[in-house]
This record gives sequence, C-alpha cells and structure tokens, in this order.
Amino acid sequence: MSALNIKQGSTSHSAYELRDPHAETVETHTLAVMVDNEAGVLARVIGLFSGRGYNIDSLTVAEVDHKGHRSRITVVTRGTPGVIEQIKAQLGRLVPVHEVHDLTVEGPAVERELALFKVAGTGEKRVEALRLADIFRANVVDSTLESFVFEITGTVEKIDAFADLMRPLGLIDVARTGVAALARGI
Amino acid sequence: MQQQMTGARMVVQALKDQGVEVVFGYPGGAVLPIYDEIFQQNDIRHILVRHEQGAVHMAEGYARSTGKPGVVLVTSGPGATNAVTGLTDALMDSIPLVVLTGQVPTFMIGTDGFQEADTVGITRPCTKHNWLVKDTDRLAETLHQAFHIAKAGRPGPVLIDIPKDVQFATGTYAGPKQARLSHYQPQVKGDIDAITRLVELIEQAERPVFYTGGGVINSGPGASQLLCELADATGFPVTSTLMGLGAYPASGKGWLGMLGMHGLYEANLAMHGCDLMINLGARFDDRITGRIADFSPRSIKAHVDIDPSSINKVVRVDLPIVGDIGHVLEDLLKVWKARGRKVNREGLAKWWSQIEQWKLKNCLAYKGSTTTIKPQYALERLEALTSGHDRYVTTEVGQHQMWAAQFLRFEAPNRWMTSGGLGTMGYGLPASIGVQIAHPEALVINVAGEASWLMNMQEMGTAIQFRAPVKQFILNNERLGMVRQWQQLLHGGRYSQSWSESLPDFVKLAEAFGCKGIRCSDPALLDDAIAEMLDHDGPVIFDCLVEKHENCYPMIPSGKAHNDMLMGDAGVEGAIQAGGAVLV
Repeated sequence: MSALNIKQGSTSHSAYELRDPHAETVETHTLAVMVDNEAGVLARVIGLFSGRGYNIDSLTVAEVDHKGHRSRITVVTRGTPGVIEQIKAQLGRLVPVHEVHDLTVEGPAVERELALFKVAGTGEKRVEALRLADIFRANVVDSTLESFVFEITGTVEKIDAFADLMRPLGLIDVARTGVAALARGI
Repeated sequence: MQQQMTGARMVVQALKDQGVEVVFGYPGGAVLPIYDEIFQQNDIRHILVRHEQGAVHMAEGYARSTGKPGVVLVTSGPGATNAVTGLTDALMDSIPLVVLTGQVPTFMIGTDGFQEADTVGITRPCTKHNWLVKDTDRLAETLHQAFHIAKAGRPGPVLIDIPKDVQFATGTYAGPKQARLSHYQPQVKGDIDAITRLVELIEQAERPVFYTGGGVINSGPGASQLLCELADATGFPVTSTLMGLGAYPASGKGWLGMLGMHGLYEANLAMHGCDLMINLGARFDDRITGRIADFSPRSIKAHVDIDPSSINKVVRVDLPIVGDIGHVLEDLLKVWKARGRKVNREGLAKWWSQIEQWKLKNCLAYKGSTTTIKPQYALERLEALTSGHDRYVTTEVGQHQMWAAQFLRFEAPNRWMTSGGLGTMGYGLPASIGVQIAHPEALVINVAGEASWLMNMQEMGTAIQFRAPVKQFILNNERLGMVRQWQQLLHGGRYSQSWSESLPDFVKLAEAFGCKGIRCSDPALLDDAIAEMLDHDGPVIFDCLVEKHENCYPMIPSGKAHNDMLMGDAGVEGAIQAGGAVLV
C-alpha cells in the first residue's frame, strides 16, 4: 500500500452527507467512545468487536477525566456504512458508554499517532536515516553508535510513510500508540 | 435510610426494598453468608432448585409472566457457569433478570481457588451488564443499579458477582431512593415527526400489516391494549413473531397467526405482499425473514424499537422510530385520531379479500388418524379443553414448540413463555415452575418434547417440593423431531443420532418423583386423559405417545422466501438447496 494512499471516508470532508448507507464499499472510521472508567470496560468494548466480527485497526484508551472517572477510547475500524452504523449503535447500548462520536463523519477532526522506531546501522545508511528523520520532524530519543530510536508524531499515513522509508535503512523495532483523535474547533 | 450492616444482609435488604418476593437459587460455599441471612427472615421466599440452569429458566418464566425481574442466587464457579445458558437465553429474548453469584474472597481472586471462575469474564457477553463488587460500601448501590438496568430500555439479564469477604464485611446500606442510578436512561418517547410520517403512511396504505414482537409484551400490558385499539380501529391485519404471541388476541378480527419459518401461510404471504410493514418491537430475526433479498420486496418498512441497534441490523427500514412501544403507540393513536382516523378503506377491503383467499389454503391442515395421536391433534384437543382457563403455557424447543405456537391461541400477553432466540431445549419445565410460583392458582402447562424435557427433568423435584401443580404435556415421538425433520429434508433421511433410545417410563418416573403420571396413545381416549390431567390437584407428567415421523408445516425452507413455503402434503426431499443448507 502506498504511504500516501488516502483511506476512503477518513480524510475528505464535505458539507453534505453523501455517503450511501446501502453501499458495499468498506470505509475506515475513527470513533471516539466516552466511557466510565470502571473495571472491565475495555474488555466489554473489545468483546463487542470480536463477538460480532467487527474489525479493529487501532485502539487507544486512557482516563481523560480523573474526577469524573471518564476514559476516552479511540477506535479505528473498518466496514460498510451499514456495519459502521451497527458498530456505533452496539457501542451506544453498552451500559458504561456515555457517548459515541464518529469523527470521520461528524466534521473535521485531527488524528495523531505517536510511534517509536529503532533503526540500526552504520555509515551512509545511518546518516540517511537521520536526514529523513529530520525531514519528518522525528526526534532522536535514544542513540548508540549503531542505532537510533526515533520518536515521531503524525497521521497514520505519515507514520506508515516513515516506516516504509526506514525499513531499508535498518528498521528493527516499532512501537505505535494507535490513533488519538479530536474534532476540530469547538 | 442509611444503616450499617454486612454485605450479606445488604443483599437481602436490597431485594426487599426492590419488592422482590421470590428468589430461585442453590446454595454453596461462596454464598453461605447470604443464605444465612435468607434463613433469618420470612419476607423473601427461596425456591431451591436442582440445577442452576433450572433456577435461571424459572426466573425467566417468573419474569415473563409477571413483567417483574426474576432473581437468581447461586454460588461461585460451577454455580455461575451452570447459569450461563439461562443468561444467554434471557439476553436473546430480552428477559429482565438479576442474577447474584458468590465469588471466592477478594484476596483469593486470581489464585485458581476452589470453585473460582472468572464469572464476570465468562458472563460479560451473555449479560446486559455485570459487576464484580469488591467493596461492601459499593454493594447496595450496585444492587439497586442492577434492578434499574435489568428493567430499563430493552430488558435483559444482569449479574452481580459478590466475593465472600464482601458478604461478611460491614458497610453502609442506602435504600433505592438514595442510590445513585447510572446515566443509563434509554429514550422511551419516539420522535413525533417520524410518528406523524407513520400516520401518513397508515392513512394511505393499501396493503398494510402489523408485524409485532416480544417488544410489545416487554413494554407492558398497556402496550398490548394500545396495539389492539390501533389494529381494530384501523382494521389492519396483525401477525406476530413467536415471542410476541398474546400481545394481540388470537380472537381479534385482525389476527393472521404467527409468521416466520413455521408461520401461517396467510401471515407470511401478507408480509411478502404488503405495501406497508409496521414492525413493532420485533427484530427481523432470521426465523422470520427467510431469504433477506426477497423479504417483503415491495413494502415501505417502519420499525419501532427501543434498542437503536435493532434498527437496520438485518433489514434496512425506511422509517425507524426509536422508543418504547407503549409510548410510541400512544402518540401514534393521538396523531391518527387528531387527523381524522383516516385509512384507505377501498384498498384495505381488497387486501382483506386477498388475505381471506390465502386463509382458504387452510395451511395447518394435517392428515388425521384414528389409531395414532397426531401431535397437531393433541394440541387441538389441549386447546379445546383448556381455552376456558386463564392459562399459561411454556414450551421446550423443537417441533412441539412450533405446533404449540400454531395451534394454541393466546388472548392476553404474558401467557406464553418459550425460548425464542436461543432455542434452549430444557427451558420449558423450569420455566413452567417459575410461572406457577408467580401464579399459584393458575393453570400452567409445559408443552414439551420428550428429548427436551429430559434435559432439565431434575426440576420435577422442585415442582413437588414447592407444590407447583405444573402440567407437563409431553408429545413423545421418541425422536428429536425437528432434527429428524431436517435430516429428512436435507440429509437424505439418514437419521443420525436423532432418536430417543432407552427412554424412561414417564409414568413410573412421575411416581418416582412423587407426582401423577398419565400415558395416552389412543386418540379416542385423549380427551379423558387431558381432563384427568387438568382435574389433578398437583404436578402431572403426561406422556402423550404421538406419531413418530410427523413433520411440522408450513415451513419456509432455509434460504427461501416467504412466498416459497412447503405445505403439509408437499414432497420434502431436496426442499433445501445448496445455498440454504449452510443455514440453520
């Protein structure tokens, strides 16, 4: 897959809702799910996806309101428009779920992911890795004479692109956080 | 009211404060403190079952026949795992249950302790919600929330796992009014614009049909009354799913009978040919729709459901209305009346004459016999001899269940308890006991097959101990009838493992349990035998020996459409083709 491949439905925003609910095309959607931060809530969400055969491309979760015991789960999932609607309805009826937002259709949103890349090499490859990291505004967070760990933040596509470039330069390990996303504006 | 008390006492106090009168349960090590509290009070009656699955089905029968949540108390480990089938059954059929399980003490959780199981993990996908309570101070609130969640919105089973040290420890009890309820407040009022749009469709429709489901019954008796009022005032025909039988009376002038795989010809053809389908609290189950691509191809579909996830799940609808059936029907009637109670009389008259034509098919006809009791005949006679009673019927799962749905007629909601979604063999006997406990004076009959009945027959002990005079009407064909029927249709008549070998003598079995046993194999003696069953003041096991190879018709074979039904005299071999064979 080309690093610049724009995923359907995930980046283009129109003033009009033009999605055909009967379409059989598979779309990628980013959902923000506000939940009570209680024991087992993540298992409930994951169990819903596995039990009903839905996809999870990435999933992040952390408490965002300590006083209110509220966590935010960001799920990137794939499905036909009908399946996406089902996923949202099924999430919505879980008891600890307060809100489900489909950031892909509700309006413009920013989506960011953080990743750590360990690249091993010497000589020209090492120099090239560092140069590319600079272009991608990745930070060096660890360095030995034979390796770097780069920290990069950006869209999924940007991180995919960076990974594609690092692979021939000695990429030996990757850690990615999954997507965190917020709607733009207020 | 705030008081200090032990967790175990809190459980009993919360049940009392929630108006619980009866608990179905089975003691064990991890719930001993709660059983000790039950021992020391007289407000809550405890029904001791013989197997935890039986407890859950009893609670389902209790809940379905009263509209109140059924309560179950079982121990940790095997007590909880034995409850899983019942929980799944209740989830599929939207039955409100509160199930309390004991758990090993908190400090032992995760050590593979004796009778430890990850109960909340195991039951997460088969409950509406569940909790592990690790702090006695949280217990009262959790108990009150559990009742709220079991009943609110689309009802369902909830489970609270209570470690033994939490039961012993002392904490603060608060009553239901003080409890902080969850944010969980499903929408009950339907969108008034959508309701008005539905009224417009009702005014114009030439070939309308009400397709009603268990949601009407769950919404309460008021919803059933409103349905009758609306259906009778509009003159629209009504068909119902298995779960919805009784919401509209079988004697009502709009009644078409049950629809679906073994539904009536006229009901299925009305669904296929209608121009307006009004789905009230049903969920387009695969037993109902047949082949989706050919499901009611020319209709506008409206769907009223309290669960947004039911809408557009299987069949895309044109007019979704999220809300409680009772509330929506009330608003719908108001708007329809205010707009002048209009319907398309001309269209309706034509539609009814078409339906009358379909009825002439007499789709439930079967070949009678003077020597063998036909199962259909047995149910016709049971219907004739019991229709005067305020009768409650439960069933097991299989052919007898479908025949009961076809031949028994229900005039009121909450009188028909059957395992619809999950199709749990072994449901009917315990469910009948639960119904009888709730309605001690009523006539409660479990229409059973011998194979299903054997799955939970230990509960006869419970019936006898608690003097529940349940009538077990077993249509004994010495076969797993529905499995055998499918093997005939799909597998060349190779009846793999579908006969009941080494059956007990049911009359002697009745005597062994200490109740009455009746056997009948002669159609001429059947009425007297049924009368004897009804006259007996106590539980009865009725062994009705019926035709062994009778098939249940009409039938929409898997993968076929509503207008492609098999009738009683049809050739059946090869009826299910490759595409349908993978379906169940």
